[in-house]
Amino acid sequence: MAKVLFEGVSKRFGDVAAVDQLDLEIADGELLVLLGPSGCGKTTALRMVAGLEEVSDGSLSIGDDVVNDVDPKDRDVAMVFQSYALYPHMTVARNIEFPLRQQRMDAAERTAKVAEAAGTLGLGELLDRKPGQLSGGQRQRVALARAIVRDPKVFLMDEPLSNLDAKLRVQTRADIVSLQRRLGTTTIYVTHDQVEAMTMGHRIAVMQGGKLQQVAPPEELYERPANTFVAAFLGSPGMNLLEAERVGDKLITPAGEINVPEHLSAVLDGPVTLGIRPEGLHLSTSGLAGTILLVEMLGAETQVHCSLEGGATVVVRQGHDAQRPTLGDPVVVGVDAAALHAFGPDGTRVAGT
Amino acid sequence: MPATEVQATTRPRSHSRKATLKTVLRYAFLTLGAFIVLFPVYMAVVNSLLEPSQIAHQPPPFFPTNPQWHTYPDAWKGGSLGIYLRNSAIQTAIIVAGQLVTSILAAYAFAFLDFPFKRAIFFAFLMTLMIPFEVTVATNLTTVTSLGWFNTFPGLTVPFLATGFGVFLLRQAFLQIPRDLKEAAQLDGYGHMRFLWSVAIPLARPAIAALGVFSFLGAWNQYLWPLLVTGNNNAVRTVQIGLKQLLNTQLDQINVSLAGTIIAIAPLVLLLIVFQKQLVRSLTAGAVK
Repeated sequence: MAKVLFEGVSKRFGDVAAVDQLDLEIADGELLVLLGPSGCGKTTALRMVAGLEEVSDGSLSIGDDVVNDVDPKDRDVAMVFQSYALYPHMTVARNIEFPLRQQRMDAAERTAKVAEAAGTLGLGELLDRKPGQLSGGQRQRVALARAIVRDPKVFLMDEPLSNLDAKLRVQTRADIVSLQRRLGTTTIYVTHDQVEAMTMGHRIAVMQGGKLQQVAPPEELYERPANTFVAAFLGSPGMNLLEAERVGDKLITPAGEINVPEHLSAVLDGPVTLGIRPEGLHLSTSGLAGTILLVEMLGAETQVHCSLEGGATVVVRQGHDAQRPTLGDPVVVGVDAAALHAFGPDGTRVAGT
Repeated sequence: MPATEVQATTRPRSHSRKATLKTVLRYAFLTLGAFIVLFPVYMAVVNSLLEPSQIAHQPPPFFPTNPQWHTYPDAWKGGSLGIYLRNSAIQTAIIVAGQLVTSILAAYAFAFLDFPFKRAIFFAFLMTLMIPFEVTVATNLTTVTSLGWFNTFPGLTVPFLATGFGVFLLRQAFLQIPRDLKEAAQLDGYGHMRFLWSVAIPLARPAIAALGVFSFLGAWNQYLWPLLVTGNNNAVRTVQIGLKQLLNTQLDQINVSLAGTIIAIAPLVLLLIVFQKQLVRSLTAGAVK
């Protein structure tokens, strides 16, 4: 077990910086999720910890050692690949045993460790099968068993659930979390799925364009996004963003006016980007004018997409008992002003909010 | 609407009838092909068992009424086939082993390592495939003779220990192996040789088996090169040259020569029977994947 520390770490492929000046500390025993859209640099960051990509610039440490130039095999990290990377010609037992065969360890001890890891993940019955004879979920567990059998300092997981069906994903998500909490091994988990990120991570690091956008526990990320990217990326759907301008005690938007709420009144001045989660909006009689664009019924809730005057589109979340609106109808969207977020012209959260 | 209904009901039946016809035609064609290929072999076996006087008979008998089994021991002894077969076996074993080892190592380098001029070197390897063997015979012969390898196993085998074809074939097989497997092994402390041994070779086994069979056939059936580099004292002379000698010395006994030929192809037939499954699998492996 060990902490992992990125200090100004960059990775360049030619002129492109896949990871740009990353500063991030992952505490001992923490499960940190690297979250972002594809191509944001999260997998590259993970592969640098594994030693599969060289660090172009900066310093990367595991525990107290800088590992920039340490061979992957000497880093004592275990990785779970998106494809699971199981050896198709070996049985489950041999696959799990594979990392141990490289260490000097007698056969009895190896067998015991394999049995323990397989037991932990409920693979005891499957030890003699080949990966081709297993279901996706079982293969995934073999990959996990192979990672834990060596008792490494750090687990690296690269979208390990993306090849599972939705139901199994939920189950396995919970299994990985409880396994990680039990073993207490520092874990870096890469995903583009925000639900995974929100439910699994102690903290989430959101990346975009090779740059770190925000690192925070899930609630803080959701409630106090550091910039418009994080605001719009998290939540399904993400936060609604509206261009506005403060004039006196009003926020003027093309679709109408909103009273400046108390928590923003001291800090806002001039043009501002307002952010509001779908649950902070409701269909009302006073507020912003627009038309109904799309109504999505999701069971417990309904998401109403509205096109506001002036061109912005917002999504309103309704409870399942609310009156469902008709497509194309004019509508007025009420704003819960206390739930407003404010972002400056550069997209970062307005200080003091 | 009715039109589509009619289609829906008739199409499967006519389709299946068409499929049956196709299958019948395909098997008829294959049977004909097998007959054309096997008939000369069958006639060789029949003729090897005939009396010399019967062979010239027209039309030739299609079945030996009075099989002359002694032609086989005659060919074995008269043609010194025991020695020649041994020589062929040694020559073939060295070439097959050499080609497998060099092809596996070179193919691994091309598939998994990065080094300067990789593409250029690979194309140079491919280019050797386009040079006919006959073009290099004269220089190879000079080289081998000047090394003092005339009439030795090194002279017989060293020019064939590496093959561009083998490198190409195995490189393709290694490229099929997901990069994740290499990286997973790397994280688990496996170096190149251990990864090659415990993962890459087992996964490329069909291709390696195919290369083994191809190189066995090529080595066993060599004629020109063994003829050039082997002397008359039988020390390393191979069975193909031995057969030619047998034919020359037994001009009046075609049946004995044919018996010798059957003996010489027997190892190939055995190999084919033993490796049949593997061969078919290797040829279809890419398609199924």
